[in-house]
Amino acid sequence: MSSLSAPSGVNHEEDLVAQARAGDAAAFTELVSRYSRKIFRLASHITQNSADAEDVLQETFLKAYTHLGDFQGNSRFYTWVVRIAVNESLMKLRKRRADRTVSIDEPFPTEDEELVREIAVWEGDPEQRFTAGQLRAILDEAVDSLRPAFRTVFLLRDVDELSTEETASVLDLSIPAVKSRLLRARLQLREKLTRVFKRKGDDVLAYL
Amino acid sequence: MLTCKEFLESLNEYLDENAAAEVRKSVEDHIHNCPNCWVVHDTTKKTVQIYRGVEPQALPEEVNARLMEALGKKMAAGGAGETD
Repeated sequence: MSSLSAPSGVNHEEDLVAQARAGDAAAFTELVSRYSRKIFRLASHITQNSADAEDVLQETFLKAYTHLGDFQGNSRFYTWVVRIAVNESLMKLRKRRADRTVSIDEPFPTEDEELVREIAVWEGDPEQRFTAGQLRAILDEAVDSLRPAFRTVFLLRDVDELSTEETASVLDLSIPAVKSRLLRARLQLREKLTRVFKRKGDDVLAYL
Repeated sequence: MLTCKEFLESLNEYLDENAAAEVRKSVEDHIHNCPNCWVVHDTTKKTVQIYRGVEPQALPEEVNARLMEALGKKMAAGGAGETD
């Protein structure tokens, strides 16, 4: 006989949110534990500073707890938390670079921009060629080298796997703007990773 | 047949696999005839896949401890949904 309710021990996000709203502190703590690693990673990539990222992590969940009553359930709880975290992260960025404006809406060239320079196939599977730690360092460095306007869109779409619509809503951007920035972010990362992962024909010949 | 520039502009849609059949076919026709764009398509696809496969690292222990401490204080001070 099957049951329509979730198996015990597996709590769905919306059940946990309902319990937390009803005052169940353990349910809210479970939500925090579920998302804290992703929020910390996102904040670390946007602020590029571990102390700021930790502040963002705490502020995000404290604000989420305080304003839980405002969460209408029109979006996923996670998307709602990501929105708080992105805003907190951008505030940190602006504070730290008070002498210059940092905005995810900064203008960027769309015309006459060379989107593709490096054209080379990758050598084997990078996940086999590098240790997990090496690969993580390569990927993090590439993302962190993107300008904030591209980096934030890429992180939400391809790292945190939000939809185009969710990303547009979190960043207050139009859907075409999200798509345009995502394409440029992906192509720039492709460029950077290709320089590391490409087949090095000359190096192979040197061993013959 | 798409130009290389048109191929690039369609690449995102193609990779997200929600492209209309017409877009899919035009991209596939292009990359089967243009080796450079095939490489760009292949390496962009791998770029997206490699990032999607990365799990977030565990929080540093002390970062998690401080988060839980801050949260504990907040919860002790008042219920969810109450303003400061």
